[in-house]
Amino acid sequence: MSVNEPITSAVVTVTVNGTESEHEVPVRRLLVHFLRDDLDLTGTHIGCDTGSCGACTVHLDGVAVKSCAVLAVQADGATVMTVEGLAGEELTPLQRSFHEHHGLQCGYCTPGMLMSASALLAENPSPSEDEVKVALQGNICRCTGYWNIVEAVVAVGKGEAA
Amino acid sequence: MSTTETTTATETTTLQKGYVGQSVPRREDKRLVEGQGVFFDDVKRHGMGYLHFVRSPYAHARIQSVDVSAALALPGVYGTLTGDEVAILTDPFFQIAADPGGQVKDYALAVGKVRYLGEPVAAVVAETRELARDAAELVEVDYEPLEVVVDARASLEDGAPVLHEDCGGNLSYTGVWEWGDVDGAFAEADHVVSISQLHFDRFNSTPLELDGALVEWNRGTGQWAITTNNQFPGFAVIMMAPAMRVGTDKLRMITQDIGGGFGNKITSHPQLVACCLLARKLNRPVQWTEWRTDFHQSMSHGNERWFLDTEVAVQSDGTMTAFRTKAIDDAGAYLRYEPLGGVIWSQVAPGMYRWRNLRLEFTQAMTNKAPVSPNRGYSRMQHLWFTERIIDIVAQELGFDRVELRKRNYVQPEDMPYETPNGCVYDSGDYPRALDLALELIGYDTVEQRRAEAVERGKLLGVGIGSTLDSGTNNFGQSQLLNPELQFSGNNEVATVKLDIFGEIVVTLGTTPQGQGHETTAAQVVADILGCDVDLVHVRAGHDSYWNSHAGFSGTYASQFAVTGLGAVKGAADELAEQMKTLASMVFQCPIEAIELADGFARIAENHEAALPFMALGAIPNANNAGFPVDPPPMNARFVFRPQFDVPDKEKKFGNLTLTYAMQIHACVVEVDPETGVYEIVDYAAVDDCGVRINPQIVEGQVMGATAHAIGAAMFESFVYDDEGNLLTPNFYDYHVPHALDMPPLKTSSVESPSPFTPLGTKGMGEGGGGGIHCVCAALQDALRAAGGALVTDSHNPYHRVWDMLRHPERSRDTVEVVKQ
Repeated sequence: MSVNEPITSAVVTVTVNGTESEHEVPVRRLLVHFLRDDLDLTGTHIGCDTGSCGACTVHLDGVAVKSCAVLAVQADGATVMTVEGLAGEELTPLQRSFHEHHGLQCGYCTPGMLMSASALLAENPSPSEDEVKVALQGNICRCTGYWNIVEAVVAVGKGEAA
Repeated sequence: MSTTETTTATETTTLQKGYVGQSVPRREDKRLVEGQGVFFDDVKRHGMGYLHFVRSPYAHARIQSVDVSAALALPGVYGTLTGDEVAILTDPFFQIAADPGGQVKDYALAVGKVRYLGEPVAAVVAETRELARDAAELVEVDYEPLEVVVDARASLEDGAPVLHEDCGGNLSYTGVWEWGDVDGAFAEADHVVSISQLHFDRFNSTPLELDGALVEWNRGTGQWAITTNNQFPGFAVIMMAPAMRVGTDKLRMITQDIGGGFGNKITSHPQLVACCLLARKLNRPVQWTEWRTDFHQSMSHGNERWFLDTEVAVQSDGTMTAFRTKAIDDAGAYLRYEPLGGVIWSQVAPGMYRWRNLRLEFTQAMTNKAPVSPNRGYSRMQHLWFTERIIDIVAQELGFDRVELRKRNYVQPEDMPYETPNGCVYDSGDYPRALDLALELIGYDTVEQRRAEAVERGKLLGVGIGSTLDSGTNNFGQSQLLNPELQFSGNNEVATVKLDIFGEIVVTLGTTPQGQGHETTAAQVVADILGCDVDLVHVRAGHDSYWNSHAGFSGTYASQFAVTGLGAVKGAADELAEQMKTLASMVFQCPIEAIELADGFARIAENHEAALPFMALGAIPNANNAGFPVDPPPMNARFVFRPQFDVPDKEKKFGNLTLTYAMQIHACVVEVDPETGVYEIVDYAAVDDCGVRINPQIVEGQVMGATAHAIGAAMFESFVYDDEGNLLTPNFYDYHVPHALDMPPLKTSSVESPSPFTPLGTKGMGEGGGGGIHCVCAALQDALRAAGGALVTDSHNPYHRVWDMLRHPERSRDTVEVVKQ
């Protein structure tokens, strides 16, 4: 390849929700579009152009990141978990708590909320209300006003989720 | 008789028979928390192309030429569409307005001129999203910039640049709305308070999911399948089909999960038409997903409104007898749902008060800003904010207690049902009691003590009340008060309930829920009627016009599901129950009256051994129907719910415009830093009365959501334009929506005053009437009393505006005068 020809695609190997696969992707493709369009993992959503809304939050090597602010090629060799990877046979306590506390309405922000909140709970299993609010400050919800979301996350920490 | 319940925490209840009234956990949730919802952007088709709009960088300009050749030359670009093509292939959208607004020519893409920044001028379809965006950059458009007008008041002046030449100016609608003896009331008034200018700001609810569609063209049948998130498909096809010169059945509208709507997803019909034209032209599925900046620049702003030269007549005991004002509404560049805002406010003309003499001159102007369309609380919120501002300004200027002034002037519980001066009927409610509840929740009796404590900390404390209505179930006949030629009236919604071959109960709705939990509440209603477990009722998700479960007003908007949607569900379930009993009576050869539906059986009430499971009932007409001398009933019921309305009197502008009046009282406490204008809401309560609550948890969720939107609008959210018509808040960086940390502590409570006019005693709710805007404004004004006494005359009060009010209280004080002492 000549040095003057720009590289337009690259091969990435990535483990998503426990499954490793290899894909050739345009180098400019965002991780969120890779997940949604190439892997058909449409649970990860897009709500803005500016990294503001957090609907696209996933775990990249265990850290909550906004997948609209990461290129797919940056995930090469990494482990990604999306909302589809949260539940096994049954919903997680966090998912159940969102359900029980009416922490979602339209459900569009929910995947991002769940990924941010689950990252918090992994670090801090019993967060206070304020700690939850800080952890979720990068996630916008336009339906709930956040009260029930915060309540749902705090309840998991208190072991109140059924 | 009303009942009261104070909700402090969401309770998990053990479900009992009789599901209506219980917080049945939402059945939508499982798929949504697993990331298995299906939003329009999740749907893919083989060979689909991605659409990107070329948008105007000018707020007002003549289009000299559009050259798509460079875009078309790019490998992977499937095709383009320009305004010139649109003007040939389609007719302008039908206009709701009479002249002059009726002369607006509105197309799917700009034709000849652009009238706001971000207006779609051309469209490109390509193999990938990225490529479509790149190719759009290659479309060359020559513009001749024109003079811009962004202020509705200025746009109505002589010499202002004209957006739509065919209209002869920027006026879309004007009319005088007057009831009672206004001049007489002013002549007899003890006091007259004048307020020269109030301004309700421009914002919207910015749903997190953006607009869009996947559009498939079937060249054999000439039909389009439109998988979208439009929230009012009935309206969309009424707009689209005539413009595209096809019948409405050629437009199959499909939704499943929708990521928030709040009214903002009603007017996507121009973009949907562009998608349809391209799907046909290119003979491939076309996928369009709006970008956030596109949405902010071009979609569905809320109505900005000025109230000029307001006068209020007040008796010395505080009785308010009259107001008169001139409202100037800013519609933006096109009339996509307007000028309906010009009548919708009059659903709540006197607010929650017993004003009998009202005069409002409503004028709507077009400006070089994004077109407005419904936004949670549509048009009533602006007006209710105005009535609440009147109450608080009058109280402050004439020295009345704000609580007492409200209670004296509220429509009283014994007045219900109450006919307003313009013929609307407030169905039920106890406003003074709801106010007491709200005040109790914020600890109103200790406010003066807390105010003194705040002063010691260098803070100004203020308390505010926002009394507001959420009128629901429109009588679309009100549109004829704006345009007598229109042929819309009444309202409707459709549901079908059937019993399938293996006994499955299947419910289809005409609605397009965006988080309101229709699948859950519909199942609650059906299970109660059919006497079965709620989990046996399957409610289909979303809307599909192929289901034949819709009518012209189908959709989810304007606070009506609990009345129209559930009214249709109840009607269909009642009919199915009758069919099931009839069939059981045929089998058991007994009178129908002997049959009851209970525990999942149709059985003889006196002999539970004689019982048919639902499976048997479903199988008979569907698959096992020999031997019946007469046809067994089909186990399939379709019901159209139609509320009783008359066409309003067009001369007097008099009649019942909405069926129900849910009510909310909001109250809050703010603390203001007098040095900086920064303020914080430290206590907040919202009391809701929407009649019978089918699912209290869902109702509370709606109250919370509406509260958050109102707080955002009061403090943070504004579509700000510069003089050239550039939107300065085109994304979530500049347009700050509340985050979790911005939310104050919230207490909710409810009163249940069943509506006497609806099948289930419910009232439509969810919009919330902007109560939070009203109460934050009121609380700020209260806080500022001790620091110059500025009056709050704008609905949007970011910190810098509060700082201005602290520095220059005279600026607002000079706009208010007690004309008659």
